[in-house]
Amino acid sequence: MWKFIVRRLIITMPQLIVLSLVVFILASMMPGDALTGQIDPNISPEAIEQQRERLGLNNPWYIQYGDWVTGVAQGDFGQSYRFKMPVTDLMWDRMVNTFWLSLISVFFIYALGIPMGIISGRWNDKLIDQLITGYTYLGFATPLFIFALVTLWVFGFQFGWFPTGGSVASGLEPGSIEYILSKIHHLLLPGLSIALIGLVGTVQYLRSEIVDTKQKDFIITARAKGAPEQRIYNRHIFRNSVLPIAAFFGYEITMLITGSIFVEQIYSYPGMGALFIESILLRDYAVVTALVLLFGLAAILGALLSDIILSIVDPRIRIK
Amino acid sequence: MSKTLLEIKNLTTSFRIGEEYYAAVDDVSLNLQENEVLAIVGESGSGKSATAFSLMGLHNRAKIEGEILFKGRDIANLPTSKMNKIRGNEISMIFQDPLTALNPLMEIGKQIGEVLLLHKKDMSKQERRDYSIELLERVGLPRPERVVDQFPHELSGGMRQRVIIAIAIANKPELLIADEPTTALDVTIQAQILDLMRELKDDLNSGVILITHDLGVVAEMADRVAVMYAGQIVEIADVESLFVNPQHPYTRSLLSSVPATDFAQDRLHVIQGIVPSLKNLPREGCRFKERIPWIEDTAHEEDPQLHEISENHYVRCTCYQHFYFPEESKEEQTNGVTES
Ligand SMILES: Nc1ncnc2c1ncn2[C@@H]1O[C@H](COP(=O)(O)OP(=O)(O)OP(=O)(O)O)[C@@H](O)[C@H]1O
Ligand code: SF4
Ligand SMILES: [Mg+2]
Repeated sequence: MWKFIVRRLIITMPQLIVLSLVVFILASMMPGDALTGQIDPNISPEAIEQQRERLGLNNPWYIQYGDWVTGVAQGDFGQSYRFKMPVTDLMWDRMVNTFWLSLISVFFIYALGIPMGIISGRWNDKLIDQLITGYTYLGFATPLFIFALVTLWVFGFQFGWFPTGGSVASGLEPGSIEYILSKIHHLLLPGLSIALIGLVGTVQYLRSEIVDTKQKDFIITARAKGAPEQRIYNRHIFRNSVLPIAAFFGYEITMLITGSIFVEQIYSYPGMGALFIESILLRDYAVVTALVLLFGLAAILGALLSDIILSIVDPRIRIK
Repeated sequence: MSKTLLEIKNLTTSFRIGEEYYAAVDDVSLNLQENEVLAIVGESGSGKSATAFSLMGLHNRAKIEGEILFKGRDIANLPTSKMNKIRGNEISMIFQDPLTALNPLMEIGKQIGEVLLLHKKDMSKQERRDYSIELLERVGLPRPERVVDQFPHELSGGMRQRVIIAIAIANKPELLIADEPTTALDVTIQAQILDLMRELKDDLNSGVILITHDLGVVAEMADRVAVMYAGQIVEIADVESLFVNPQHPYTRSLLSSVPATDFAQDRLHVIQGIVPSLKNLPREGCRFKERIPWIEDTAHEEDPQLHEISENHYVRCTCYQHFYFPEESKEEQTNGVTES
């Protein structure tokens, strides 16, 4: 297992380098640079040139790249042109919000998706399976942002069961019970919206794994031992079918973080996704660059996490 | 005299294809004594596994007719909960492919322990583990205390087959069904596994149904042989009579193409074609006649039945006596044919 994890970590390094290069090139291609928006237009070009020299903006690209990477590694993503504050400070609260939204979405995806997949796979020729499978087709065909709009309109505006924006009601003491409950209340509807669409992959995957595992030879062996059906499902079929799902966990997180972009926007939920869209619209390039880098990082780390989980749960990898 | 352990009467196992049921096992009657080894031979698709699975109640969507009397009790169509008390316990099975027959995510010890847990409720976890180690040792695995904690992929095919045998004998079954237990293994390993099986059988005093393609295995292991073709038994006899005095053209063609142990490649020179698929099986008259077109149509029996041609030697149809079988000389042909 350790050998596998180390090897997997080594593969991550070039991925990170490529990501940073791509983002760096992207950043250099965007109009403006670190000085844009910070300077008084009345300053003389000589002074600007002096500043550029001081900030290293006239250096060859690889030196600039080196500087940039060093900065990023220390959490320095430059200044937000719109908010006039360091991008890092701007992102922190947003990241926390997005983290909670993703967490609750993952929770619902597994809390609902795994039972649905299991039921559908176990009774794969029954009506209940047709219903669940029908739902997954619908879910695949429905774009998340439309679904989120509908749930917002119905449960937020029409029924008024859920707040329609923000991440917490105003005027509450942070850390108090009311504050936490309000946070959860704000998370519930967007989280469920993401989960109800996001779970279809998990359901279909789990279903097909179960249907597949059911006809494996070792299931016949288990029957031949005299194991009752319930035990065969619990000990042999589910365990072997859930494994690939566990391995998907990391990818799921990546998908959620990037997938939350529209949902946050629709629910005016102050997370990274909403920030991303706002920043693009306002041409706040330093923020866009930082977010692209973070999303990319999430994807790479998600894949890494998946593989590490797999190596822990699958003895065929664990042993090596 | 030995006691009858198993008596199969008119077993017919049919699978549903589309709207119709088609019999893969068609009116098979067999019996097995205690401590006896009955081999079932026949080409691929002749219904050997379907028969074994019927005995174990492992078909989930098949229609099973007839009787399977195990120690006098009919276990055909027994409810699963009752069958679960028998299989793995009084009747157990060894499978063909050791590479797929074990759960890849479960330690060997747990897989053996499971069959103990299911049938020996009073055993503690520690006792199950100790007994699993003992069983692994019994089936000839080196370092059993290590193997017990290993996963299937860490063992070779031959070792895994030993594990499967350990599972099968854990509860000292009275009937052991082995469905091509050596087909997937290397030749050298095959011999070891057969030796082991013979040893265990003598130890446990259990009856064995041994399904195989391999007539070499039959000669070595079996007391009696049933030859199956297209879901029917075409000949059944003691192993000596069958080898010395085969009667049914199908048996003869199987035997005449066995210079060594492996007849699989050679048999097509004799019999033409393969066993027809379930749906296309001829259901009237003799099912074999299409594959021996050198015999004129009029020679065949209308509805061939099993005839006892000598003691304990049954052959489906007796018209074989009246024609020349191309693989043999005339003299051999007439040798030893006894009228019943
Ligand atoms: N579950 C099933 N549903 C439909 N048809 C089946 C099923 N199981 C077996 N059959 C058919 O029954 C016939 C006999 O199959 P069986 O597996 O018993 O043959 P076999 O003699 O064991 O052959 P092999 O040597 O290949 O194992 C074949 O035509 C096969 O396609
Ligand atoms: S009817 Fe008799 S002779 Fe004809 S093929 Fe069948 S067994 Fe042979
Ligand atoms: Mg078979």
